[in-house]
Amino acid sequence: MMDRRKFLTSAVLGCSAAASPLVTPLTLASAPWEGRLVVIILRGALDGLDAVRPLGDPGYLALREGLLETGAEDHGLDGFFALHPGLAPLVPLWQAGELSVAHATSTPYRDKRSHFDGQAILEAGAWARGGDIPVDGWLNRLLQIAPGVEARTAFSVGRERMHLLAGAGPHATWLPKTELALSAQAQQLLELVYHEDPLFRDAARQAGEIIADVDAAPMMEEEDEAAMGSMMDGMAGGPGLGRFTGEVARFVVEQLGLETRIAAFSLGGWDTHSGQNAALNRGLGQLATTILTLKAGLGPIWGKTAVLVMTEFGRTARVNGNRGTDHGTGGAMLMAGGALKGGQAFGGWPGLDESDLYAGRDLMPTRDIRAYAGHIMRAMFGVSSGDLERVIFPGLDLGEDPGLLL
Amino acid sequence: MRFDPLTAVTRFGGGPSPLHALPTTASDMLDEAREDPFAGAHPFTTTDDFVASEALLAELRSARRNSRGTAEREANDEAFAEARRAAQARANDDLKRSFLRQAGLAYGLRERLVAFWSDHFAAGGRGGAADRLAALTLTSDAIRPHVMGSFTEMLRAVVRHPVMLRYLDQVRSMGPNSRVGRRRDNAGLNENLARELLELHTLGVGAPYDQRDVRELAELLTGLTVERGEGFIFREDFVEPGAEEVLGQTYGGRGKPGGLVPIDAVLDDLARHPATADHIARKLAVHFVSDTPDPALVAHVAARFRETGGDLAEVAAALLEHPGAWDLTRRNVKWPALYIASSLRALGLGAAEVSALDPRRVHQLIRRPLEGMGQPWTEPPDPAGFEEADPSWITPQAVAARINWAMRSPARLTDALPDPREMLRLVAGDRAPGELTFAVGAAEDRKVGVGLVLASPTFQRV
Repeated sequence: MMDRRKFLTSAVLGCSAAASPLVTPLTLASAPWEGRLVVIILRGALDGLDAVRPLGDPGYLALREGLLETGAEDHGLDGFFALHPGLAPLVPLWQAGELSVAHATSTPYRDKRSHFDGQAILEAGAWARGGDIPVDGWLNRLLQIAPGVEARTAFSVGRERMHLLAGAGPHATWLPKTELALSAQAQQLLELVYHEDPLFRDAARQAGEIIADVDAAPMMEEEDEAAMGSMMDGMAGGPGLGRFTGEVARFVVEQLGLETRIAAFSLGGWDTHSGQNAALNRGLGQLATTILTLKAGLGPIWGKTAVLVMTEFGRTARVNGNRGTDHGTGGAMLMAGGALKGGQAFGGWPGLDESDLYAGRDLMPTRDIRAYAGHIMRAMFGVSSGDLERVIFPGLDLGEDPGLLL
Repeated sequence: MRFDPLTAVTRFGGGPSPLHALPTTASDMLDEAREDPFAGAHPFTTTDDFVASEALLAELRSARRNSRGTAEREANDEAFAEARRAAQARANDDLKRSFLRQAGLAYGLRERLVAFWSDHFAAGGRGGAADRLAALTLTSDAIRPHVMGSFTEMLRAVVRHPVMLRYLDQVRSMGPNSRVGRRRDNAGLNENLARELLELHTLGVGAPYDQRDVRELAELLTGLTVERGEGFIFREDFVEPGAEEVLGQTYGGRGKPGGLVPIDAVLDDLARHPATADHIARKLAVHFVSDTPDPALVAHVAARFRETGGDLAEVAAALLEHPGAWDLTRRNVKWPALYIASSLRALGLGAAEVSALDPRRVHQLIRRPLEGMGQPWTEPPDPAGFEEADPSWITPQAVAARINWAMRSPARLTDALPDPREMLRLVAGDRAPGELTFAVGAAEDRKVGVGLVLASPTFQRV
């Protein structure tokens, strides 16, 4: 891990790291755990019934004929569920035991179906009707109780503040491609100016370090990039990864290779009230590429990694008049990573008959989505059930261990 | 009292500007703060404007939906998109109007007070774009008129404002035994507004109130609500019948006047409660001076608040006159909005220059940087407002954002960058640390020199 720092020749610094006053050698902090957790929040309510299709339910085709493209290939998983074509690149992960799904799941939130409230509850990790949503996020509460956590143990990546990581627990926020607009000389003068004010001095030093980490080593060797390229060509929905999302993924990969153990970011554009096919082809394609980018970049660390893909709620079982769907309740969650005991579909299937639906319109949730996240953290980080049910996810009934990890 | 002109304008105003002489007394600053000289030429969007605009958008949205599959659909889509663009433009213009004032005033105490009170009564961060636009009108109509007036009047105006009523869920609150409450299964009391009134707006969290007071106050507040197209209204059929007791006082009840009368009465009493004076005084000291203010300063301001029944001009005077406000060993880090505004001033931009910025530049040079520095415009993280503690503002990400702004933005804001050494003298007087003076002198060009001044802790602290 220390090796990368020896060879910093970042253009931003304009000089070798050893001489730069803005980069001081980091002491190797021992991270609290070996496992890596990545949480991806999909904002806008992903249609779980389309992302992970219950083709084995006899009622599905009738409900969804307005959307399903005839003659399309099925990307079957286990004989009951199949993946949306946009997620087809992840089928090999399922086969390799590195992908699982949890279906008919949601937070305890019911009825109002507000994106804003739904996301707040998803990230706060708690809700009771008439009660308050905690101002801190569940991931931050993990950081509050775990020993040995430092500022760079957990990163929230992206422009906006993530509720998921907000709170008193130490964490860092970073916007990829942040550079310091300083020539080498200006940088040295600034370091002089900051020297006597510890708050500014330390923050600027850390900024310089993070930037130097990102620029320091290429994410992957050239042959891996070529292999990635051919994987991306086969996907529906256009060129593989949006530039910004690509930068986020690169940054996450970079940091997880150093002291970081937790990273969170969000992807938007899932509120498919109309034109769902085009939107999900694009969005799910991008999600698949993001996950594969993480796998390719993390190398051996992928074997210790779990990626959770969560959204605030699902969408209506029926298609609306605009070839889309409206806000619902139960949805799907994806899990990926080498740490998984993958190739499994979790969640009791409630059925799609009218009487099986929640409020006659939505997929009925049969398990609290927090339970999956909870069991992952228990297995990966050794968090106790008591802490999970009282502190991290107040009000959660953790329930039986579904055996998510190896 | 040690009034120091440079500290005065830095700590209590918008910061020094080459366009204006420094104030000579506290009265200079207080007198200027009593009025808004830009109100005539640059009025803000009003609450009524917003209410009308929101109703229009709702109508156009319906028209759009109902005309699906018909010939009118496209025209309706366009009308809706146009109305939404207009609303967005109005909000962007309000951001510019705010910075125009901050840049254009001679000293700027009034705008600092507006920022303080808007944050004290934080609202609007939740919800989508529509709510963010609305939050500006809370500041314009409920806060601005009262910043040098009466705290009670401000409190009353805030509690009647549609933005606050929605933000704290008062619109969902109705008395379980009210006429409507009895008919509906899931109608009930929502305590958010009552709780935040006590915890955040008046008494403060440590004060002697309990859950019963919160509930009673929530019952008393029933009736306050918002109706689309109308704004604030009072609905008698939401009112929980009966008297309520809050902090030992009884309000309303049989034979007593109803409607807003008992509500205004409890607001008056809360405003006058001794704990409120302490709470507000401490917040002012923490906001303007230091995260750890001199307790004597806080006591002095609290006493003035109590003696004058919350006369905010007097309270501001008390803040400025106490020696504890002038301690140069304790200096807060500027909030991003103040950092940018004081930078505009230091660069010699005045009202005319800010007014001339087109929407794109306002977005690139003010709005986006504010987000990057952690203070998205009108989006406080929660009802308690933005953080005061310095470490919240100087994180690696945020300091990088400030440094980058200092290095890149001045040249985009003005063709005539000042001589960095003169700029340093303007903002630091004879108090610039030796290393800063050296660094500014050693800079390879004006751009870097100006950037070093603006990025320096000397400039970033008040």
